[in-house]
Amino acid sequence: MAEVRIENLRKSFGAVEVLKDIDLTVEDGSFVVLVGPSGCGKSTLLRSIAGLEPVSGGTITIGGRKVNDLPPAQREIAMVFQSYALYPHMDVAANMGFGLRFARTPKAEIEARVAEAARILQLEPLLKRRPRELSGGQRQRVAIGRAIVRKPQVFLFDEPLSNLDAALRINTRVEIAKLHKLLAATIVYVTHDQVEAMTLADKIVVMNQGRIEQQGKPLDLYYRPANLFVAGFIGSPAMNFIAGQVTQGGIDLGPDGAVTLAGLTAAAVGSRVTLGIRPEHVRIADGEGGLRLSATVELVERLGEAGYVHLRLPSGTVAVAEIRGETSLRTGDRTSLALDPTHLHLFGPDGRRMV
Amino acid sequence: MRRHASAIAVHAILGLYTLLALFPIVLVVMNSFKAKRAIFNTPLRPPLPMNFDPVGYTKVFGDSSLPLYYLNSITVTVGTIFLTLLFGAMAAWALTEYKFRWNTLLALYLSIGIMVPIRLGSVAIIQLVAELNLINTLTALVLVYTAQNLPLAIFILSEFIAQIPRDLREAARCDGLSEYNIFFHIILPLIRPAMATVAVFTMIPVWNDLWFPLLLAPAGGKQTITLGVQQFLGQYITDWNAVLAALSTAIVPVLLLYVIFSRQLIRGLTSGAVK
Repeated sequence: MAEVRIENLRKSFGAVEVLKDIDLTVEDGSFVVLVGPSGCGKSTLLRSIAGLEPVSGGTITIGGRKVNDLPPAQREIAMVFQSYALYPHMDVAANMGFGLRFARTPKAEIEARVAEAARILQLEPLLKRRPRELSGGQRQRVAIGRAIVRKPQVFLFDEPLSNLDAALRINTRVEIAKLHKLLAATIVYVTHDQVEAMTLADKIVVMNQGRIEQQGKPLDLYYRPANLFVAGFIGSPAMNFIAGQVTQGGIDLGPDGAVTLAGLTAAAVGSRVTLGIRPEHVRIADGEGGLRLSATVELVERLGEAGYVHLRLPSGTVAVAEIRGETSLRTGDRTSLALDPTHLHLFGPDGRRMV
Repeated sequence: MRRHASAIAVHAILGLYTLLALFPIVLVVMNSFKAKRAIFNTPLRPPLPMNFDPVGYTKVFGDSSLPLYYLNSITVTVGTIFLTLLFGAMAAWALTEYKFRWNTLLALYLSIGIMVPIRLGSVAIIQLVAELNLINTLTALVLVYTAQNLPLAIFILSEFIAQIPRDLREAARCDGLSEYNIFFHIILPLIRPAMATVAVFTMIPVWNDLWFPLLLAPAGGKQTITLGVQQFLGQYITDWNAVLAALSTAIVPVLLLYVIFSRQLIRGLTSGAVK
């Protein structure tokens, strides 16, 4: 296994820059997840690492070797595609051993490696089947098996679970996590599903419009998002944002009221800020207090042991609060909500996190 | 009920067309087994024991040169199909997969061949073939027919290749296959149905053609069967028994080829490749 190092990577399609100055290190044996909205460049970045997309500038190093000008085959990578991309005219065993056949690997070794991968992925009974005779989950396992037998330096996954149904997705996710431990593999994984990102990653890289917005451990991103974009992207339901202005000793939220807040510098007074708070840190509470806002209930979503109350603030902003257990709230009720002061996030006019 | 009625109507139309299309063929085959007098007196009747006469066939198979003409036709047809499919698929692959400078222009240039009949260039072709010393060779025919059929082949095969998911080619690239191996081991197996279609389209006009054999290989034992049959058609006397027998037997090889290719026309070959 090897380290992947990406420096000042740029990529343009004509005049459109899809990757802008990407710097990223994937440590040896680590699991890095690239997330971001559609069109943010995460797939392009992955395909650049694979060598399927020529880059416009910067360097990509795999295991200490600069691979910019090498074709995919010589980069010692293996890619698992969203569509699985199995060869339809070959059975499972041939699919997995196909690459090795052209690398002039001895037949006995191909068979041994295919058997080993089939054992790990429980594909042994399916080795003689064609892809069209397999279910979606089985196809996905074959695609992973095809990557394993090549013993690559780096595994690249391009949204591998998005074609599976919900139950299978959870199973396969767990299998991929186990596989990562078992093979001690370096993995770069693209997804738009943040549950996958949070559960699988050693490091999450949040991308937006061709830039890396923030990279770090999943919980660091969750608890200390560097900017508004990351704050809004990580977490489900999304973080609540309320616009305001810094005053002496607090923040004026306009028609929504005001909150008192310590630790603001005097220099910040007067600047426009955005207050962020996650739904689980908002409680429904009647009464008054320093961090209380009044609101009208718009919608109550009940999921069983938890639920979400959508509230409209006087300014028109909609905030979501998480509730535990049952609630008697109904649409149209007037109530107030309490914000947990230890979990308030404050973002400056440029969208960056303020201390 | 309405559905039922429209199905009957469709089948009736198709059945009528089939009858119309098959009628001349049946007529030829039927009359090839009849005595000369019966051919002229009762051309629409099937052969009966009283007028049954295989003289046409004995003449055709007795003629030492006719089997050679069959072989020539088969060689030319199979050679043309092989070259058309090989170069057609290669060109189609290159034009759809690789983006290079004159890509669109080249594709357009090749598609012009579909619109302009190659016979317009007959004089130039004769000059070229004569200068290459290829008059009265099967090579000349194969080359001309390949040129004639390539444009349509490229056009059809490009469409099919474009439908092969991009992920498959990229998976093969990650698997370390060279571009040639991707073509021969991934693309060709997956466009087999399309190649069979092209083969059928190519084979029938080539097999039936009289024009180019007459111009380019009219002698020297290089005649094709369509040309060979002409020897029975005289200015004053036509040996109808022999002509009909030769034409009837000429159907067999092309029918066999068709059966072979049509077995490749399996749909859904790519199913299971990608979700």
